[in-house]
Amino acid sequence: MTQIPIQGTGPAISRTSSRYWRSKSAYLGVLPFLLFSGLFLLYPTWNVISGAFQDESGKFGTKVLVEVFNSSSARAGFRNSLEISAQTAIAGSILGGLFAWAMVSGKQGGFFYRYSVALSSVLAQFGGVMLTFAFLATFGFNGLVSTFAIKYAPGSFLAESSWLYGKAGIAVLYTFFQIPLMVLVFLPTLENMKTQWREASDALGGKTYEYWLRVGIPILTPSFAGAGLLLFVNSFSAYATAATLINLSDFLTPLAIATALTSEVGGANPAEAKSLSAYMVIVVVIAMSCYALLRRKVSKWEQSR
Amino acid sequence: MKKSIGVRIWRISIIAVVSFYLLMPLYAMFDFSTKQFGLGGKSRNLDSWRIIPSQPDLAIAITRSLLTALIVMALILFLIVPTAIWVHLKLPLLRRPFELLCLLPLAIPAIVIVVGIAPLYRWISINLTESPITLSGVYSMLILPYTYRSLSAALDAVDIHTLAEAARTLGASIGRVIFGIIMPTIKTGIINGSFIAIALVLGEYTISNILNYKTFQVVIAQIGRANGNVAVAVSLASLLFVLFLLLLIPNKKRLGTVLDVDVK
Repeated sequence: MTQIPIQGTGPAISRTSSRYWRSKSAYLGVLPFLLFSGLFLLYPTWNVISGAFQDESGKFGTKVLVEVFNSSSARAGFRNSLEISAQTAIAGSILGGLFAWAMVSGKQGGFFYRYSVALSSVLAQFGGVMLTFAFLATFGFNGLVSTFAIKYAPGSFLAESSWLYGKAGIAVLYTFFQIPLMVLVFLPTLENMKTQWREASDALGGKTYEYWLRVGIPILTPSFAGAGLLLFVNSFSAYATAATLINLSDFLTPLAIATALTSEVGGANPAEAKSLSAYMVIVVVIAMSCYALLRRKVSKWEQSR
Repeated sequence: MKKSIGVRIWRISIIAVVSFYLLMPLYAMFDFSTKQFGLGGKSRNLDSWRIIPSQPDLAIAITRSLLTALIVMALILFLIVPTAIWVHLKLPLLRRPFELLCLLPLAIPAIVIVVGIAPLYRWISINLTESPITLSGVYSMLILPYTYRSLSAALDAVDIHTLAEAARTLGASIGRVIFGIIMPTIKTGIINGSFIAIALVLGEYTISNILNYKTFQVVIAQIGRANGNVAVAVSLASLLFVLFLLLLIPNKKRLGTVLDVDVK
């Protein structure tokens, strides 16, 4: 992410000084894109950030930010969001990481490998409405598993579908798209591990567990943690899945934002939506910065891909 | 290489557990969509699949969403790609700011973009048009990080400066250089970007739902409220459609660019 542009900059500078490319008017070339992104990207970003520092009447101040910070429902939503994101990031990165290892340790380019990659790319995107339906068809009323459970284990929680509409349900749904995302993010790392490392360890008399403990895990830790952060952000920003699954309007921060923005019975409060959004952006920016730092730490062997 | 029994058991059990988790809901969707509810409903049939074409709004929503995807692809092709090439070729000083601008959506979740962009779309729907196709503007910004990544990797792999100078020396116009010379050499990057565009537009719910536009996903959710079986059938069908699209794209090149894609 950071290495590639730097490599290219060298020739770019020296070539640009050639006589074909010297003109101030060249800057006009980026104008259409700048206008477009200004309208659809910079304006909304600015609108949210500046709006967070205004009260309902548009006066500058941190009143709404403080109000939101002290509101117990906003705090509860934020806590739920953080908790679920952390849980699903951990579960997703462990299961997805192990699955990626299982893929790499099989035959490369084989049937299982190719279909796992294709299916992962699709399922990592499989959020929102369709994911909700898939799990309603599994655990919901009249679903595959719940029908089965009613027949054979009437007392168990699976027989009742109510658990699906709470924290546990959301975590199970989110983990569904976290696993394939982890597979996609982590697979290149595992593929770039050199077989020579394993051979060297074997030759020196290392056992399998010693190889993983002393070589494998230390080398993989930075990219594993980075992938985990990416998964965290992924589920922290998710809205559609939760919105179609449950009706609790401020259970998670994204839901609370949507409610504050759209509530039609006089409760619409754009200032509150902007403040909540600002807090969300802060969390995402922190996580993404850590991700960028970790990526920089990932040593040369992986960057070579 | 011979594998020990322990490794093999580990491998098999991991594959079994994860595959079960990922595939069971998909099978459940199929199972659910062929179930008969109500009295005497014992046998299975494909009724809910058969009435998909007659669903109100669905055909319109699919057409619209595909049209939106086309416009997003056009924006990538005629606005974002040329600008990226232009910056690479002529404005080395802008490379860093351009990269930051392109990566900005990674820090701004879709739900936050909605909050900021709601006034703009309110203005558009009052003064210009209420068509959901206008969403292509914000969609093309949402996928900017992924487009940028596949593009910049492709642009760095080719020496576009030499190509451009050679073409200019032989008398090609700058438009010809960008569209006729450089763009064909980074074809794979552009195709990857376009695939992501289709996947995003077909799967997007957050923005369109909050702004009250009837896109594909919003209509599926609507159908789900009236008739669960049909909604499940449509979901499964569209999942298979995206899988089919994906298998059309050559396998090896894709992996690197689909990295950390997120449209939820």
